[in-house]
Amino acid sequence: MAQAMFSFAQSHEIDTPPPVAPRRGYWRTVQRRLRGDYVTLFFLSIILLLVLAAILAPLIAPFDPDKTSMLYRLKPIGYRHFLLGTDELGRDMLSRLIYGGRMSLMMGLVPVVLATCIGGFFGVVAGFLGGWVNMLIMRVTDIFYAFPSVLLAVAISGTMGGGVANGLLALTLVFIPSLCRVTEAATTQIRSRDFVDAARVSGASSLSIIFYHMLRNIMGPVLIYASSLISVSILLASGLSFLGLGVEPPTADWGLMLSTLRQSIYVQPLVCALPGAAIFIASLSFNLVSDGLRQAMDIKA
Amino acid sequence: MKNGLRAFSLAARPARPVVVPPGDPRDRGGPAQPLLLVESLRKYFPVSGGVFNRRIGDVKAVDGISFAVFKGETLGVVGESGCGKSTLARLVVGLIPSNSGSVVFDGDPVGGSNGLTLRELRRNLQIVFQDSDASLNPRLPVEESIAYGPRVHGVTRAAAKQTAHDLLRRVGLRPDLFASRYPHELSGGQKQRVNIARALALSPRMLILDEAVSALDKSIEAQVLNLLRYLKSHFNLTYIFISHDLNVVHYIADRVMVMYLGQVVEIGPADAIYSEPKHPYTRALLDSRLAVDPIDRIEAAPLTGDPPNPITPPSGCRFRTRCAFAEDVCTAKAPALGGWRDPAAHLAACHMADRQSGHSRAGQTLPATERPLVSIEARLA
Amino acid sequence: MSGATARPLVEVRNLTVKFAGRDETVCAVNGVSFTLMAGEVLCVIGESGSGKSVTMRALMGLLPKRRAIVEGDIRVAEHDIQALDEPRLAQLRGSLMAMIFQEPMTALDPVYTIGAQIAEAVRRHAHASRQAAMARALELLQLVKVPSPERRLKAYPHELSGGMRQRAMIAIALACQPALLLADEPTTALDATVQVQVLILLRKLQKEFGMGLIFVTHDLGVAAQIADRVAVMYAGRIVEEGSARDVLMNPRHPYTIGMLASTLHGRVRGRDIEAIPGSPPDMRALPRGCSFAPRCRFAAAACLETEPRLSQAFPSHSVACSRVGELSTPAALAVS
Repeated sequence: MAQAMFSFAQSHEIDTPPPVAPRRGYWRTVQRRLRGDYVTLFFLSIILLLVLAAILAPLIAPFDPDKTSMLYRLKPIGYRHFLLGTDELGRDMLSRLIYGGRMSLMMGLVPVVLATCIGGFFGVVAGFLGGWVNMLIMRVTDIFYAFPSVLLAVAISGTMGGGVANGLLALTLVFIPSLCRVTEAATTQIRSRDFVDAARVSGASSLSIIFYHMLRNIMGPVLIYASSLISVSILLASGLSFLGLGVEPPTADWGLMLSTLRQSIYVQPLVCALPGAAIFIASLSFNLVSDGLRQAMDIKA
Repeated sequence: MKNGLRAFSLAARPARPVVVPPGDPRDRGGPAQPLLLVESLRKYFPVSGGVFNRRIGDVKAVDGISFAVFKGETLGVVGESGCGKSTLARLVVGLIPSNSGSVVFDGDPVGGSNGLTLRELRRNLQIVFQDSDASLNPRLPVEESIAYGPRVHGVTRAAAKQTAHDLLRRVGLRPDLFASRYPHELSGGQKQRVNIARALALSPRMLILDEAVSALDKSIEAQVLNLLRYLKSHFNLTYIFISHDLNVVHYIADRVMVMYLGQVVEIGPADAIYSEPKHPYTRALLDSRLAVDPIDRIEAAPLTGDPPNPITPPSGCRFRTRCAFAEDVCTAKAPALGGWRDPAAHLAACHMADRQSGHSRAGQTLPATERPLVSIEARLA
Repeated sequence: MSGATARPLVEVRNLTVKFAGRDETVCAVNGVSFTLMAGEVLCVIGESGSGKSVTMRALMGLLPKRRAIVEGDIRVAEHDIQALDEPRLAQLRGSLMAMIFQEPMTALDPVYTIGAQIAEAVRRHAHASRQAAMARALELLQLVKVPSPERRLKAYPHELSGGMRQRAMIAIALACQPALLLADEPTTALDATVQVQVLILLRKLQKEFGMGLIFVTHDLGVAAQIADRVAVMYAGRIVEEGSARDVLMNPRHPYTIGMLASTLHGRVRGRDIEAIPGSPPDMRALPRGCSFAPRCRFAAAACLETEPRLSQAFPSHSVACSRVGELSTPAALAVS
């Protein structure tokens, strides 16, 4: 017996070297795939430009966005130093667009981040515990889910009065159910896999299992879904401002600008279309980038 | 690699005396005390149906199982799908709660007010699953997966990492090449080795291998079996080896337990079971093994049909609906498996094995089948 | 062998299949050639990654057209599979050649009854009326020995056991009496007692209908039970081929020898199994020379340089090993 054991210990390295694939973490593979995806990279750079513009607004805006001027009302694109024309109160469009970008990006990102945290929390709890907790959380979610998101946002915002804070709250509430559902689905799927059982058999507590093992597997699909919600959020926020329920004048905001410029559409159609174009570009960019991210992260390895 | 061991003969031998090496500080009660004692374990899964999703019945996955595992042995558990062997594994390890029955580990009952907690049990008893890929977290490098167990029990990160590297070396994977790899970069056999290393990270005394080699290629399966034998002797382990593959179990097990529809039908020393089975189901399983000789083909299936419905198993002996020797006494009374605490006993839950059962063949051995398994043994002789 | 001048039912010459993935190209099958006569059973033995399933699918023309690059000559009963377009291929599938798969649960449609699926197969190729097709379905279920076939006609796949589903799949495959039946590990997912029943049934039906059967498996016992001829595949190539007796009782290729040696039997109890060391090669980067050389006990320097061709070393027994001549004596094989 000892003879056999000795020879086995010697021949331990009976494995040939591991597969030729170089050592690559998951995220590095994702990066590599993204680098080859030109469409996604292009729109990602647009997003970066928008974000930069929003951050550096005070430095790059040529004029004060709130400075009105009766003289230069509704001037066309390229009129003197007003690069993109002026609005119905004589304010520089470019500056208002840049400052409006701040508002729109914030209204796009903040509700999604908040909803991911809150909805994600409930989703993980529901998915991990299962049973009646799961049923309770998911049925409540279903009730909210039954309302169309636009109507829900309008209803909540309208009830609570306008304003940025209420608008953010309304949008967050609108997104919580769907994020909760996605997180719960991902958690339930991961929970049934053997490695979670193996972690339980190691004697780990549930919290340890959730934070150490499950979160990093859930994050992927949840992040992708959340990033696709950003474009929706921008649209909804603009819609709320358009209806007068979100941002209040004179704050620059793309939706609000669309609303106030509506009457002047026959006077300066191009100028009036500018905020709409900005919403469109921002929303589309986020949408396409989230799509590209999803494709890059969908590694069947 | 020729060594001095001679082949064993196939005639039945008494069970090998179990030797617990001296000095295992966790040993309580010595070699006579079974390491694991399971008594009347039951697990029913409710089945809902009908209009209001009411409970219309139970799948009796495990229905009154009692057995003992002695220190230093390998107990093989065989049975076909639906017999409850995987449920049994999960019950013993505490992944699912049982309906009734008791589990005693080296004299300490599990659960209850004074017994071992699940956490304490899991320091001594670990499990390796069949699906080597699903058993590993795809987002963690393998060394972290292995180190997780020790860290959960308070070991420092550095010490746990060192343990992980040591274990990787023991299972035949060089740490410098494999430690920081992700599961998707490894082959099936390599992943299963990682799973074994992970199970050993807490220095358990007993390992349950639930179809651990079934999903591997045959050539890799042989490697992993060699590894398991080595680890058993090196770490003083006791194994429960669950498999549907009779040849593998014959190779690795000291005693074998045969399960059918949630119950034990036969238990005994491996050589005895394989050479002289006492239960007709065991005989049918053994006769269904395929030889590698094209001349020696099975012409008639030893067992026809499908296992009965586990929600409504047949009364009396559950095997009677497919048994060639079934009689009225088999419908009336379920045969019992007495004396299962004896490590050397060869027992079958069958009225034919019980002299006082009233069966016409009571006390007689099973008649020989026409096709003796002329397999590779004869060719190599 | 009778009919020596008869054309073979299946003729495959130099089949090569490459999969073009996002990151790399995998050469799954690498120059495979074999023939099958009508009424013969050929077993293709190989482990995962050997290319056996891909070869089967190439025979039926089932590989995805965009991702898979198929080269070589595939002929089934005089039809050139590569040259046929999809509608013509669909006509042949079921009538000339049929396939049964490993997982009957996924191969059967869960929303249709068994009877409906068998009848559909009958009607597609025989253009029978609905009643006639159902009658034929009942006949077929009786043929595959399904108990209470009238009841089972109306059953859904999930209501049947694994063995029953596999029989149903065989019934669908035989609906139009194909000349060629391909079986891709149909018994791997079944219990041993059920596996025996299905194998006996397949052999009986094959003899009754005089079908050619190509059976893919990783289990040598299954091959012994059912095959007339055996081909062993490794890393996309055939490394040994011959009659079942020759290959299984007198293997010549080190891989086959290793596979047999690691086949378990009670005699090896108590000592290490003679396992084949190492793992199957990475199909994205095959080594130069013989793909088995890194794991081979008998590898010589020349084995790492040149890839051995499948050569007829003995009557009706071909081996792809450059050292086959030296390894034919038992003394040489015993050295380790």
